[in-house]
Amino acid sequence: MSDKTILLAHGSGGRLTHDLIREVFYRYLGNPLLNTRDDAAVWPLPATCEPLPTAPARLAMTTDSYVVQPIFFPGGDIGKLAVCGTVNDLAMAGAQPLYLTAGFILEEGLRFDDLEQVVASMAHTAKEAGVAVIAGDTKVVDRGSADRIFINTAGVGLVPPGIEISGANARPGDVVILSGPVGLHGLAIMSQREGLGFSFPLQSDCAPLNGLVAAMLQADAHIHCLRDPTRGGLATTLNEMAAQSGVGIEIQETCIPVPESVRAVCDLLGLDPLYAANEGKLVSIVPPEAEARVLNAMRQHRYGREAVAIGQVTTAHPERVVLQTPLGAHRILDMLSGAQLPRIC
Amino acid sequence: MKYLDEFRNPEAAQRLLARIHHRSTQPVRLMEFCGGHTHAILKTGLRQLLPPTVRLLSGPGCPVCVTSSADVDHAIALALLPGVILATFGDMVRVPGSGGTSPPTPLLMTEKMSPGEGSRSLAARMTGHVSSGEGCSSLQEARAQGADVRMVYSTLDALAMARANPQRSVIFLGVGFETTAPTVAAAILQAQAEGLRNFYVLSLHKLTPPATRAILDAGKVQLSGIIGPGHVTTIIGADAWRFLPDDYGIPCAIAGFEPLDVLQAVCSLVDMIERGTPGVSNDYARNVRSEGNRVAQGIMHSVFRVGAAEWRGLGSIPDSGLLLRDEYAALDAAQQFPVQVRPSQEPHGCRCGEVLRGVIEPPECALFARACRPEHPVGPCMVSGEGACAAYMQYGEGRNV
Repeated sequence: MSDKTILLAHGSGGRLTHDLIREVFYRYLGNPLLNTRDDAAVWPLPATCEPLPTAPARLAMTTDSYVVQPIFFPGGDIGKLAVCGTVNDLAMAGAQPLYLTAGFILEEGLRFDDLEQVVASMAHTAKEAGVAVIAGDTKVVDRGSADRIFINTAGVGLVPPGIEISGANARPGDVVILSGPVGLHGLAIMSQREGLGFSFPLQSDCAPLNGLVAAMLQADAHIHCLRDPTRGGLATTLNEMAAQSGVGIEIQETCIPVPESVRAVCDLLGLDPLYAANEGKLVSIVPPEAEARVLNAMRQHRYGREAVAIGQVTTAHPERVVLQTPLGAHRILDMLSGAQLPRIC
Repeated sequence: MKYLDEFRNPEAAQRLLARIHHRSTQPVRLMEFCGGHTHAILKTGLRQLLPPTVRLLSGPGCPVCVTSSADVDHAIALALLPGVILATFGDMVRVPGSGGTSPPTPLLMTEKMSPGEGSRSLAARMTGHVSSGEGCSSLQEARAQGADVRMVYSTLDALAMARANPQRSVIFLGVGFETTAPTVAAAILQAQAEGLRNFYVLSLHKLTPPATRAILDAGKVQLSGIIGPGHVTTIIGADAWRFLPDDYGIPCAIAGFEPLDVLQAVCSLVDMIERGTPGVSNDYARNVRSEGNRVAQGIMHSVFRVGAAEWRGLGSIPDSGLLLRDEYAALDAAQQFPVQVRPSQEPHGCRCGEVLRGVIEPPECALFARACRPEHPVGPCMVSGEGACAAYMQYGEGRNV
């Protein structure tokens, strides 16, 4: 381990900048498109896209910025998050992610080792997700003008023909599927931030979900909605989809998997796991005839083993999410409008 | 054993509900004193499952909510003093005071202090002048105007803040009931033991039994029984509620915060009412003893004395607040930083006072869910996580499912 740190000169565009790009970014993220060192990456657009080679493909594009604090947390780090977040946003549109760009804002004094670890983690995660980082940018700002490292990633992907996924597509009678236990990322970050030091493991679920989505779409191409319940958690995501589609959603609380560790910490801190962030989970709304096929495909995948149906779409109470409590009562599950958690993604 | 799931078991809940339905013949109005209970009740939808004869009302048991506008204005005035760090639990930051009517006017206190008090003269030096602070209606706004207001999770965080900032005066805003007060008392003792000279407390602590008496004495709501606050009673002991059956002829059941805890308490209350034998039922025996936590009580009373306190919605109630004893005057922010606060008013149209007394339910207030929402609260009951209005909003109570 060296005590080398990032200097303002690393962002000057001069020799130190080139050294940094070569020693860190090319070293870990290098690929033919990035390695051209031109001002923009140029590549041919495939005229068609699997699985229907005769129909034209559509492009999907998204961007997100990552400012999580702390930058290293149990189960991941800001680099892994920056790849997963953008890959997952593409996947939630039914796209097959292809390429990412990465913009780094580094605070003067950031340890070189830390940057290297973050970039190595990005490379590792990109490899798992099957995407390449093909353009990038680095800026260094004065000490205090940023919090160690901020990353922006943008991503582009291809949406196969026949795939029509949108938060507006939920139909009455559809089934709501959740890919696994909720609350891990939010609570892992919070525990780490606040130095709560619990004796049990609480790890972020941060993971790229494009493989899981591909498996789901292969099982049934008629998935109506996909969304990853990140900030605001499951409750917020369900409300967004109910509002976008103009339908009601009814959820059975007893069906929602909540890890014991998450439940314990939430009880202790007075939080609700349904509002806690996730970075490796998705909610899918599918027509009833697709439920079994999609669930089966999800449970074969490492990121969907605990997938479960948690509720239904209904014509009753449009744009509202209603939760059936374990006691059998019903109440509205609203968006979070009050207390804010620390920044967690 | 998981020790939580037992108290959330749906089958056991059904058995208790069946018993309540079977036993309840006469209409009863039960008040859950504690905001934590209001949340537990609304979160599980428990009200819908009770027979129509049993009505649950929210009480004043949210420490942030019952803090008066004048006390919030006082805290804002302290926060605006130069050199002061005001440390507070998070909810208090957003609680509205009297709406921007009180630029603080500090008194010069150097004149009032004897030379011997020079060791704590930091406070005195701070009061020389004050930033204008025009129109700060909450600590959040004071912070936006440059006041150093910091959120803490415990009093110990505030102590650490005082150690780390020896040149500043750290004032901890002591808000809470008997549950919180012992921890603040312990921090005061710790500060004294360490010789920390820049740690102060503005004690706005309140006692729950006198507030319950005040509600019953006012007679506005006819209550048939009280669901006693589980955490408060862990400290003060179940016997502290004997006055309810003895003086008012109504039963009290001390409850924990899981669905089964609350159902068990409702069941006990209905039983006692139907039998006509009011008493105190300890339904949170895994935490609460009849005499309470003697150690915590001892620490609390060694640092604080009982005095009058101003409650939002209930007015001034004698012997319902905790003030620092004279021995700890040097740590008492109220004495060490005298500021003048103009007479305060409640926010216009806000009916938090009636909500806190159980006179109305939140949706009966014209501002509820309209002008007053969690993202822009008018009254304190919409601010605090324990507030009844915030709970009604969060769980959609009063809105059709």
